[in-house]
Amino acid sequence: MPRKTKQPTPPVEREGSPWTGLWAVVTKEMADHMTSARMRILEVLIVLTAAGSVYSAMQQLRETVGQDPYLFLKLFTTARDPLPSFINFLVFLVPLIAIALAFDSINAEFSRRTLSRVLAQPIYRDALLMGKFLGAFFTLSLVLTAIWMLIFGLGIVGLGLPPSTEEVARSLWFLLATIFYGGIWLAVAVVFSIVFRQPATAALASIAVWLFFTVFWGILASLFAQTISPVQYGTMDEIIRQTETQIALSRLSPNTLYAESMIAILQPTVRTTSFLLPTQLEGAVMGSPLPLRQSLLLIWPQFTGLIAVTILLFALGYVLFQRQEIRA
Amino acid sequence: MGENVIETFNLTKKYDRFIAVNNLNLRVQRGEVFGLLGPNGAGKTTTILMLLGLTDPTSGKVSVLGMDPSRKTLSVKSRVGYIPDTVGFYEELTARENLIYIAKLNGLSGNQAYQRIDEVLTRVGLHEEADHRVATFSRGMRQRLGVADVLIKQPQLIIMDEPTQGLDPEGAREFLELIRDLKKEGITILLSSHLLHQVQAVCDRVGLFHKGRMVLEGSVTELAKQVLGRAYRVVLEADGDKEVIINALKKIPGQVGVHAKDGKYYEVEAEHDIRPDVARAVVQSGAALLRLDVEAQSLDDIYARYFEEVKHAPQN
Repeated sequence: MPRKTKQPTPPVEREGSPWTGLWAVVTKEMADHMTSARMRILEVLIVLTAAGSVYSAMQQLRETVGQDPYLFLKLFTTARDPLPSFINFLVFLVPLIAIALAFDSINAEFSRRTLSRVLAQPIYRDALLMGKFLGAFFTLSLVLTAIWMLIFGLGIVGLGLPPSTEEVARSLWFLLATIFYGGIWLAVAVVFSIVFRQPATAALASIAVWLFFTVFWGILASLFAQTISPVQYGTMDEIIRQTETQIALSRLSPNTLYAESMIAILQPTVRTTSFLLPTQLEGAVMGSPLPLRQSLLLIWPQFTGLIAVTILLFALGYVLFQRQEIRA
Repeated sequence: MGENVIETFNLTKKYDRFIAVNNLNLRVQRGEVFGLLGPNGAGKTTTILMLLGLTDPTSGKVSVLGMDPSRKTLSVKSRVGYIPDTVGFYEELTARENLIYIAKLNGLSGNQAYQRIDEVLTRVGLHEEADHRVATFSRGMRQRLGVADVLIKQPQLIIMDEPTQGLDPEGAREFLELIRDLKKEGITILLSSHLLHQVQAVCDRVGLFHKGRMVLEGSVTELAKQVLGRAYRVVLEADGDKEVIINALKKIPGQVGVHAKDGKYYEVEAEHDIRPDVARAVVQSGAALLRLDVEAQSLDDIYARYFEEVKHAPQN
């Protein structure tokens, strides 16, 4: 752990903009990412995944062509054994890509001993950290956008149908949410790259967090729910309360937030991300799709949650980095 | 001359309980080469980081080129070049690419940047290797690339932390030559080192650091006077009666010590150059003067003597 010191007490007004040199850092970072071997491996991985899952989804969809008004969106959500659906793949893969892009963002500058040289240039630390984050963020966005277009292209060729405006709009929201889901894991990796001096440790720590939310959090959420809201007499009220607690807890995981918003945005017939009682469905036309606005309204909390967590984590990294001693 | 490029007033830096720099009052004048000397952990690097505004002082004031580095951070950093002790580059990029990044961070772009990069690479003799990856560079080449790196911003002051550490003798010599050239251009240089003879070779003045304090300051000759009590040591070889010669030498005004050495050798210590007096005294005593030489005081002696005294002095 780096040594920390107290900042001087009187607030010192700094000269110039904290973002001086930001774009120099962003462009350099992006250039580094684009040319790195790491990135090529990830690209191959993700293109294979996209092609594989979309192909198998198309096989499945061929049988039902013409019956579904949102055929294109089905490309993202349809699974066929043995492959999971594309969004299930993304829940899994996007964090890995994000972590791979950012786990050594700060500590590698330390170990290459370039940090003090770069910070001796007329820029603030703000610009360096923000530049590192944005560089990785834009790279991630670029990759995800490329995949998104690839799927559309495959869809048009494979299904022989153009997507409707509504489908394009929905899938754009899907893209945006995916980017911010990646943003969370970027921020996690950046924070660990500030805390740990060894890139390997930072990578491992980030993966541990990811594994925790992917594998264990679901189990823990149901365990905690049983303790917090126990079912003692088996009444309906108790069961509902326990389920609600469990859902609330599981939403602490970015994976849940992302998966829920994806399902609601890509499957217009989904009316809730929680559960519905039969009484609440009175008057509803079952199976009829919701308009985009309503679907967005449904996932608005999840969506803003994803963005908020990204910003919070980045802010944490920011504070840690500002207080860090830069001498090795 | 006369204008202070660096000034610190009671500069102090504490890490928890450890005092890295203790009430430092440092003054470096425009155009001079100032050497920070001292063992590892004496506070040299911490001082340098505070001068650049990369670490905030616990108390005291810093003024670099008349500005406070923690307030006028950008102005100071765009005029001051810093070469860290082990200067690091992006290994997978070429020398030129590394410099382009730095040029961009300094707000240079396009032709202006390319032109200046060519200039500085030629300057440090790396023009041929400009498009080689830094991973293939030797330690000496990296160090020179470090100089090219700071020259991009056309600095008024260059701060070097242990610049010749790990260089082979030839590399170190070339590097010192480069420092002298920079001085000729009117660039003020502050360098820290514990390689004494190199510091002595290029520095106008030196400051000796010990436990966060600057315990001695001045030109090498001044330090020699302070620490060794003498500035000149005349060594001579003379043929004749030992007693007579020593007596004659002791009568010379200005001498502070006469020692007979092995064989025909004698040593006279003095506060100024007394070679003519020594020659005259030996000849007048009837002995034959075979050789006469003045030995310059070396920083090594001063350094060794100072720390010897510190070790023997009662702890306060």
